[in-house]
Amino acid sequence: MSGPQTIEDIESRLRERRYIGDRSLATSIFLALKLQKPLFIEGEAGVGKTEAAKVMAEVLGARLIRLQCYEGIDLAHAVYEWNYPRQLLHIRLMGEGTNKTDRLVAEREIFSSEFLLRRPLLDAIDNDDATPPVLLIDEIDRSDEEFEAFLLELLSDFQVSIPEIGTIKARQVPFVVITSNRTREVHDALKRRCLYHWIDYPDLDKEVEIVRARAPEAADGLAREVAALVQGLRGMDLYKVPGVAETLDWARSLAALGATRIDANLVSATMGAALKYQEDLERVREQVPALVEKAQRA
Amino acid sequence: MGRLGAEAPSRAFPAARPDLLPRLGGFARLLHDAGLEAGPRRLTDATRALAFIDLRQQDDFRTALRSVFVSRKEDIPTFEAAFDIFWAPPDPRASAGMLPGRGRSLPLSPERAKAWANALGLNASQMNRENPAEFPASSSGYSAEELLRHKDFDEMTWAETEQVRRLLEQAPWRVAERRTRRLRPSRTGRIDLRRSARHAIRSSGELITLFRRKPRVRRRPLVLISDVSGSMERYSRLLMIFAHAIARREDLEAFVFSTRLTRITRLLRQRDLDRALDTVSKSVHDFSGGTRIGDSLGDFNRRWARRVLGHGAVVIIVSDGWDRGDPAHLSTELAHLHRSAHRLIWLNPLLGSEGYEPLTRGMAAALPHCDDFLTAHNVHALEDLGRLLSSLPRSPGKVTRRESGRSDGELRIRKST
Repeated sequence: MSGPQTIEDIESRLRERRYIGDRSLATSIFLALKLQKPLFIEGEAGVGKTEAAKVMAEVLGARLIRLQCYEGIDLAHAVYEWNYPRQLLHIRLMGEGTNKTDRLVAEREIFSSEFLLRRPLLDAIDNDDATPPVLLIDEIDRSDEEFEAFLLELLSDFQVSIPEIGTIKARQVPFVVITSNRTREVHDALKRRCLYHWIDYPDLDKEVEIVRARAPEAADGLAREVAALVQGLRGMDLYKVPGVAETLDWARSLAALGATRIDANLVSATMGAALKYQEDLERVREQVPALVEKAQRA
Repeated sequence: MGRLGAEAPSRAFPAARPDLLPRLGGFARLLHDAGLEAGPRRLTDATRALAFIDLRQQDDFRTALRSVFVSRKEDIPTFEAAFDIFWAPPDPRASAGMLPGRGRSLPLSPERAKAWANALGLNASQMNRENPAEFPASSSGYSAEELLRHKDFDEMTWAETEQVRRLLEQAPWRVAERRTRRLRPSRTGRIDLRRSARHAIRSSGELITLFRRKPRVRRRPLVLISDVSGSMERYSRLLMIFAHAIARREDLEAFVFSTRLTRITRLLRQRDLDRALDTVSKSVHDFSGGTRIGDSLGDFNRRWARRVLGHGAVVIIVSDGWDRGDPAHLSTELAHLHRSAHRLIWLNPLLGSEGYEPLTRGMAAALPHCDDFLTAHNVHALEDLGRLLSSLPRSPGKVTRRESGRSDGELRIRKST
């Protein structure tokens, strides 16, 4: 399978896989591929950042390697770890009587790639894939500065050094997608190495299209009304504004209840699919009839 | 080279458009003047990127440059405005008072704006036509229209300011540490299997030495939200000096508000105090205006809380509690903030004055949601605050909250003399 050669190509292939994005996202992806730079995608929670990377892997016919970040993530979880139980076992099996030379040989043996546990980042740069893999570094804002500093190094040279083995350099550069929910500011030095793309909430028509593509079980009328409802909620003063993921959850919930249209009762009963704070639920509850009416007119 | 092999940069520019490179350089300079980072690295990336773009597709051209020159959401409006101004085709209406493109303006100083307007053949006045709704409050912009009241710090009299500054800068306290989830080698703590096993392998597979590790500690981040409204005027300068002093050694996020919230974290990073204060006073347009604490905290909760309150942050609000807004609103927002912060400290300069009781409506609404209520009217009081900050517990959770039915009156109120 050959990679996409034009922006239009990426647009249509994303669409084929039911990812409805802007042309500007396709353009950014296209440039990241061409320039072989990581793509840094920011946006509020639930606008499809992670999904973009997943779909890109399908588009490229590449393997998706995902690294979920969290506070305290370290090299042992992100890059590699020696398989200590196996190493110990190996040494013990050699028995007592082995001489010094054998021991040295054995030591070299157990620090070979056979005893290496490969974590996502090592896997991403050292593999035999026919197509360079897509490396998704998800929610980097959850990690800490130490890990950012390490990533900065990895993304500049695409190489990792393992003291016992040596430096492993990428044979092919993976397509790197880094996502952030902006729960904190990621260091400029890291962002500078990447192309940047901000994903905004979609407008009504686009959101309807997304619901139709990704929650086909929702009837057309329902899809439009739910999307319009969420668009209305986004205009309200809420602690946590619902994302597209919430729109989809909501549409699916309503479809599962057999609804083909929305009404005030249904909306009140299922609001929890979109609103995740008690204060937000209370604030919206009073206005449900008005919101429903507005959504039905949209 | 991979399937999508990048072409060599040297081939990036076909001879057909030799004029583009210098123009791109000009655009980068404009972005730089408007406060974006537009160094040689990004310029190189931009030239490489444009080689893959059909330049007749203006949207793609725009996206390509944006993905290279922009690294944070806040910079997008500035970029868009700069793009519209710089790349707009020569427009005959320009001289008739219409700004080409989308009618946005750039956060440039008056001199810069004038120079750019000359270079681009526009009237200087058009460059500064500000549309407040389009610009984030935090952009360090120049704007004549938005100046509600442009207070010059130099006119504020504060006796012994120099001395105060030195005292604050030399203050011995540091913010307390918290346990992180990252581990480091240690004599005590949990067993480090990785190191122990590694050592065992060197000694024929016998676990002779057990290595241990325990959580690393880091200083808690501080978030300072400071009231700079009219009633706080006498304290504003001292508080800014205080903020600047802390910003130099702690992980500090700083905000000021009177009618609305402005983030000043980046502005405080300048080493020189006077220049930092000058920048702050230039970019905060409602210094010494009215007070809307509830709205400002609401704004903080929605726009900033999730970004700056991670990692066990301590929040300090400095205000006298004179609020023109609805006390119930203030109470709701403060309750939310309290739940997101490791510790919420309210500093009230008036608390230091003789016979003051926290009876303003705002203060009464706020008290139940604060962990500590301290004064902030002199250096001594700020040192008290420092002692409190350095004595916070290390545990990640909120153990500081008084557990049993705390009524408003039980709140710890410390007055220093």
